[in-house]
Amino acid sequence: MKWEQLCQGLAEEGFLRLACDIAPRLIQGTATTFQLTMLAIGLGLAGGILLALGRVYGNKLIYWVSTAYVQFVRGTPVLVQLFLIYYGLPTFEIRLDSLTAAIIGLGLNSAAYQAEYFRGAIQSISRGQMLAARAIGMTNLQAIRYVILPQALRIVIPPWSNELIYTLKYSSVAFIIGAPELMATGQIIASRNFRYFEVFLIVAFIYLVCVLIISKLLDIAEQKLKIPGLEMR
Amino acid sequence: MAVSSKIIVRVEDLHKRYGSEEILKGVSFTVRQGEALAIIGPSGTGKSTLLRCINRLTEPDRGRIWLEETEITSPHTDINKIRQQIGFVFQDFNLFAHLTALDNVRLGLLKVKKLPKKEATERAMHELARVGLAEHAQKYPAQLSGGQQQRVSIARALAMDPKLMLFDEPTSALDPELIGEVLQVMQKLAEEGMTMIVVTHEMGFARSVCDQVIFMEKGVIVEQGPPEQIFTNPQQPRTRQFLGKISELYGGAGR
Ligand SMILES: Nc1ncnc2c1ncn2[C@@H]1O[C@H](COP(=O)(O)OP(=O)(O)O)[C@@H](O)[C@H]1O
Ligand SMILES: [Mg+2]
Repeated sequence: MKWEQLCQGLAEEGFLRLACDIAPRLIQGTATTFQLTMLAIGLGLAGGILLALGRVYGNKLIYWVSTAYVQFVRGTPVLVQLFLIYYGLPTFEIRLDSLTAAIIGLGLNSAAYQAEYFRGAIQSISRGQMLAARAIGMTNLQAIRYVILPQALRIVIPPWSNELIYTLKYSSVAFIIGAPELMATGQIIASRNFRYFEVFLIVAFIYLVCVLIISKLLDIAEQKLKIPGLEMR
Repeated sequence: MAVSSKIIVRVEDLHKRYGSEEILKGVSFTVRQGEALAIIGPSGTGKSTLLRCINRLTEPDRGRIWLEETEITSPHTDINKIRQQIGFVFQDFNLFAHLTALDNVRLGLLKVKKLPKKEATERAMHELARVGLAEHAQKYPAQLSGGQQQRVSIARALAMDPKLMLFDEPTSALDPELIGEVLQVMQKLAEEGMTMIVVTHEMGFARSVCDQVIFMEKGVIVEQGPPEQIFTNPQQPRTRQFLGKISELYGGAGR
């Protein structure tokens, strides 16, 4: 049986009929939100680790540049950052489609916040860990790679989980530049049928379910990666 | 404890300053192959600084250090190569907190010496057995007692097959009942002919295990000699005062 036929069986104008009718489009929007969130958080993860390393181990120049970046991003609204990228970059002949702009914008934004979590985690690792690694003949980079980062990545899981959930929810601002994610999909549907309350109730419910699923997965990951004696201090 | 005539470490006129304070004011000594050298002295005297200068975890300001024929302090020396040949045991163990005992010992073999996994594992297990901890190989540092952690850290250093071992107050962070097991491992090492420099407040160990004792104070070597001289017939009044105070603090030099 086709989806449309299934919906036909429900009472006209009822909430269930509405939900059934718009479900395919909302699922499409949710998939885009998911893609946007994952790519942005991944970009933010890579950028955040580099920025944190720059702030902890970098020379003066690297420290200054990474600190300025973090301050700028955390000190300005994410919407302004999105507009800079989506509407501002074409000034330099760089034209991005709205989803790509949103991924880059949210990713660069998240990088600054993740950098602070990683910096906190790295700095909570005792100095002796680095000394011990250097004492057996490791280079600075080897020590960071095999001793410091594996510990920092575990310590950072709880605050990082929050960042992932924030990014998922914040990704809704991408609707303003027209990225076809969940929020934008709801907006388009509601502006046609004027059933704002019901549509956004469903949208809110979908966000909630996504957040709960991600929280659960992160909990499981945290348990799996747990090592005695290695917690956020 | 056969001490050969071959010189393993030579330290010449070592100076180090932190800010306006000169911590090391020209320290010189040599250690021969198979020799165990104890360095004693009040805290804040620069003993840790001296030890860290030897593998350049701290950069000395002036003076030269050799490991056999290689000048450690030369800017052309690959310090990471040198450090593989010098084991360092820290007061607070500094075991890698995210790794099991086995992985702590194996990490340097895999990533620094680049041994194949099977060989590294065998070598690491051998070193753990040597310090009596083979059955704890899969435990994390937080699951081990202080004494066990320090023995793992000794195994970690030994696995790199060093020419020289440096111990910086290896038992000072331990509960009294755990000190013995660590000293025992160190004594065995000395008897097997390992060349070692031990900063310690364990006068019993310095006296019965070490071949030479250096008494350091305020950045200089006040007195140096075999343990019989230092402990029974010190030539300097400062040495005598320090040893008197130590036996008050720690209940005699007999431990
Ligand atoms: N990284 C450092 N920066 C500044 N001062 C230091 C540093 N390391 C040690 N010191 C100072 O050098 C002096 C000697 O320290 P240390 O070598 O640890 O002595 P010891 O091991 O004999 O107790 C102390 O006064 C200490 O405060
Ligand atoms: Mg010290």
